Amino acid sequence: MSDLKKIKNEFLTKLKEKLTLSEINEIKSNLFGKNGLISSQFKKIGSIAENERKKFASDLNIIKDELQELIDYKINEIQNAEINEKLEKEKIDVTLPERNFLRGKIHPVSQTIDQISSIFSEIGFCVEEGPDVENEYNNFTALNTPDNHPARDMHDTFYLDEKKEKLLRTHTSPVQIRTMLKDTPPFKIIAPGRTYRSDSDQTHSPMFHQVEGLHIDENINMGHLKGCLNYFIKEFFEIDKIKMRFRPSHFPFTEPSAEVDIGYEIKDGKIIIGEGDQWLEILGCGMVHPNVLKNVKVDPAKFQGYAFGIGIDRLAMLKYGINDLRAFFDCDYRWINHYGFDPLDVPTNYRGLSR
Amino acid sequence: MKITFDWLKDHLITNSKEQKLLEQLTNIGLEVESVESLSTGNELFKVAKIIKTEKHPNADRLKICDVNIGEKQVKKVVCGADNARKGLITIYAPPGAIIPKTKTKLIVAKIRDVTSYGMLCSESELNLSDESDGIIELPNSKYEKSIGKSYFSNPKSNLIDLSITPNRSDCLGVRGIARDLAASGFGKLKDIKEKKNKSKKKQNLKVKINTEKVQGCSAFGSCLITNVTNTESPQWLKNKLVSIGQKPISAIVDITNYVMFDINRPLHAYDADRIEKKIIVRNSKSGEQFTALDNKDYKLESDMCVISDHKGILGLGGIIGGTRSGTELSTKNVLLEAAYFDPKSIRKTAKKLNLDTDAKFRFERGIDPLSIEVGLNKAALLIKEICGGEISKTDIQKIELYKNKIIKFDPYLFEKITGFKISNKEMIKILDDLGFEIKKDKKYLKLTVPSWRPDILQGIDIVEELVRISGYEKIKIIDPIKKRTKSTLNKSQKLFHFLQRAIASKGYLEAITWSFTDSKYNDHFKDKNKEIKIINPISSELGVLRNSIFSNLIMYLSKNLDRGFKDLSIFEIGPIFTGINPGEQSTVVCGLSAGKKNRLSWIDNERKVDVFDIKKDVVQTLVEAGYNSDNFFIDTETPNYYHPGKSGRLFLNKGKDQVAAYFGEIHPNILKKIDIKTESLVGFEILLENLRLPKKNLKDQKTNFIVSDYQKSERDFAFIINKDVSSQDLINAVSNVDQNLISNIKVFDVYEGENIPENKKSIAISVTIQSLEKTLNDSDLEKINKLIIETVENKTGAKIRS
Repeated sequence: MSDLKKIKNEFLTKLKEKLTLSEINEIKSNLFGKNGLISSQFKKIGSIAENERKKFASDLNIIKDELQELIDYKINEIQNAEINEKLEKEKIDVTLPERNFLRGKIHPVSQTIDQISSIFSEIGFCVEEGPDVENEYNNFTALNTPDNHPARDMHDTFYLDEKKEKLLRTHTSPVQIRTMLKDTPPFKIIAPGRTYRSDSDQTHSPMFHQVEGLHIDENINMGHLKGCLNYFIKEFFEIDKIKMRFRPSHFPFTEPSAEVDIGYEIKDGKIIIGEGDQWLEILGCGMVHPNVLKNVKVDPAKFQGYAFGIGIDRLAMLKYGINDLRAFFDCDYRWINHYGFDPLDVPTNYRGLSR
Repeated sequence: MKITFDWLKDHLITNSKEQKLLEQLTNIGLEVESVESLSTGNELFKVAKIIKTEKHPNADRLKICDVNIGEKQVKKVVCGADNARKGLITIYAPPGAIIPKTKTKLIVAKIRDVTSYGMLCSESELNLSDESDGIIELPNSKYEKSIGKSYFSNPKSNLIDLSITPNRSDCLGVRGIARDLAASGFGKLKDIKEKKNKSKKKQNLKVKINTEKVQGCSAFGSCLITNVTNTESPQWLKNKLVSIGQKPISAIVDITNYVMFDINRPLHAYDADRIEKKIIVRNSKSGEQFTALDNKDYKLESDMCVISDHKGILGLGGIIGGTRSGTELSTKNVLLEAAYFDPKSIRKTAKKLNLDTDAKFRFERGIDPLSIEVGLNKAALLIKEICGGEISKTDIQKIELYKNKIIKFDPYLFEKITGFKISNKEMIKILDDLGFEIKKDKKYLKLTVPSWRPDILQGIDIVEELVRISGYEKIKIIDPIKKRTKSTLNKSQKLFHFLQRAIASKGYLEAITWSFTDSKYNDHFKDKNKEIKIINPISSELGVLRNSIFSNLIMYLSKNLDRGFKDLSIFEIGPIFTGINPGEQSTVVCGLSAGKKNRLSWIDNERKVDVFDIKKDVVQTLVEAGYNSDNFFIDTETPNYYHPGKSGRLFLNKGKDQVAAYFGEIHPNILKKIDIKTESLVGFEILLENLRLPKKNLKDQKTNFIVSDYQKSERDFAFIINKDVSSQDLINAVSNVDQNLISNIKVFDVYEGENIPENKKSIAISVTIQSLEKTLNDSDLEKINKLIIETVENKTGAKIRS
């Protein structure tokens, strides 16, 4: 038997035994070290007769590869076993709770305002704002509601001075006045915000939210008003079919004026918007009164258009089935958690108002 | 305004059903608020005869009556009325009936151990009159045969409550409503020929309207009716008033009320014998007093329109009469008044005196100035018919003549406003039905506005009439065009929305609280601001506008803590107020965080929330909003509601901006005073208006992407430094050494105590050094190390720790 075969057989036997990593490394160095058995054989190649040299070299390489492979395999096997043992030891109970986190929420009124803005944005409305404290002129007089007008009785007003010149705005309509005074037509704005009336019971809160709408241009008529609100209501409630009713009403700052009802029914104690034969009033609107346009230096012979005012809290109540208005402002942790929205749920037109 | 279909039918010929009526009323702008059935159960009240009474064994004042109600079995009823006696015919209400006055349902009840099956009724209990003394006594002759039958003969029609908008004074009378309905095609308006007053007798009680600077009364009509016998109203009149929920009083009062509800013509009846000499309509003098029919004394200011005689004030014109000259059952001679009062004057006076009456409600909305004579005649003739007596001619004093309003109406305006067309013929028909006089004038219509429509002043009002009567359903929907030419939100609005959601995403629940608050809470947080009082608050707890959001937020946080939640974060974004003028307000994002981090955690150490938690929330939010934290500058000047040693004020840029935010612990004194139960409470305020708005848009190009791939090295330094030197100063000193090379500085340890001299602290920082141009060699690094140490030591008085 040649030396090579002997080496091969001897070490194959050795490597079959159960070995530690250091034993394997020892074998490795015995074979492939500087003076290892295989290394020595390689050195012999030069001295071998030329006719046998090629075969010798080839045999040697095969044996070398075979042994090398086996050694690598053994090492790998041991390392794997070690890792597995370590992993086994490291095992933990992953059903233990994660670290604490607090989840923030967006108030349903804020979410509703964002939805409203998103809907009206699509049809070209911009958002305007006005101050919560208004003067009597912007809140009433400019809106064709002069002092001693009985319509003022419909607004229980909070006043800030004895002369009753400064007040908390009773509606968002003064934003119409401010917007039209600072700019020139056309106007196409919505103005969401806080409004105040000294009224407090189950269905009235001394503070609530309204969104005002105003569209003034050369030929905006009641058909546009109807179209705009029809679009809004469908989009807002995210339903295709909506029953909507315009009926005559009166607001000093619009003429003709209308109130808008939507159809609903009660199913299993929940209000379902859209179908049904009950009517629910949801907003007031009309064509901006020529007197109002005159007050803000807009020529009513040339420009005309509509305005509307919608109760935001009420819309939120209807859409999300919230019964008690007062709870909106009670700041109960449980309530906000329940009815609030994740801050990442930003209503947009490409992914929709709701998830 | 309450009406019944039956009453409407006095003015309207129609065969339609009530349901159709209700729909049509709403369609033309007379909104139906509610429909109440008054007739339900009415048939239960029966004519009954007492056949025997005996004393109640356990009560002196009660009687047990055997009552014949037309059935075989006699009912036993316990009754407390003195006049309950054998043979009396009265009205019996069985168990199950609802008593109109109290709205209570009768049950079989034991009264002092005797079972009573039903009740015998007084007039007051049935809302027939105010008479509550004893039970009703029906004349035997008339009712003997009716025993067992229902007392109320005609089932009354439903009570319809309409919400009449303030512009439609004409619809505060049944006739006005009928006119509107007829114009809209619902029935036909009856042409009622009012009877004429053919009296030749002069009205000899003189009336004078004084000339005043501002005279609230422009016309005063009167009619004297002598030798009347005031009495109970006849059944038809009582029924009429009861049907709309009014209580009959006496014939004269009932008649004036009836005329008012029927044609919206308020009248007033005086006992003429109690008027001294003559009627003078004048302005009041300051301090004058009178007792009104509501039995209250009123002290008047000057210049209120009053009706007076030589003795003094008889009443407030158009608002309320006085007790001195009121009619009673004994009244023999009646002076009827029908006047026109200026709406503004009425409203001003009523507001000052806080008075609200049916007459005031009508006059302030505007009464038909031409209804004086019709109203007087109608009432006078009814009084004569019911109470007898003799009527005089009507006398009308005027200081102003009513002039018809004329509107030149361009029919095209209708289409321009409504977007749909109706023919001129249709327009003329509608306007004619509403009482307009119409003349064609080329392409225009020359319209004379009916005197009962004070609300119609210009063309647009005509458009409303036309579209209202034609029906709003005819307006065609024009779908909106999806086109946007301007940005929906401006930059500050975008920032508002961004901050709102950025804070919420850090675990804060968004609250919306009222803009007003309790001054007790506000006092803690108003700092240097003035308190802003609401003149007429809902309650004293909501008496002031908030100077800070903290006042409400802390109150609600406390409530939530009381509910058993311990670790809470809440915030609000909204206005705070600094004055009573529009614009003296600013927007603040205000948050509170209470309790502990890692409470009862199996893995992390529990600790109180602290200033650095809230500082992280503020800084992270501002960084997310696009501000560079490298430029942030913090000092310790904070409002007095923060813990003076544990709070800070943040500027986006040193020396260049206003305060961007405050953060810190809430002052312990406040926590004590409001008794809030938490381990720790920290808060912040971000002042929106003080945040510089980014000049660039997100849509603009970003700055060039420049990074270094050369090796970076981190060097640690520990400095001993005076306690009062801020770490910010130290970091600034280091970063100013070479801003090109020093890319990051981190504080990784702060230590005071053993081995550190008193009044000193040790701050350890790790500085990252990296060049954009080359790999730094040892000598480069050595150089910068030295420079850092030198600079810090020079600038801050620190010493490097060896």
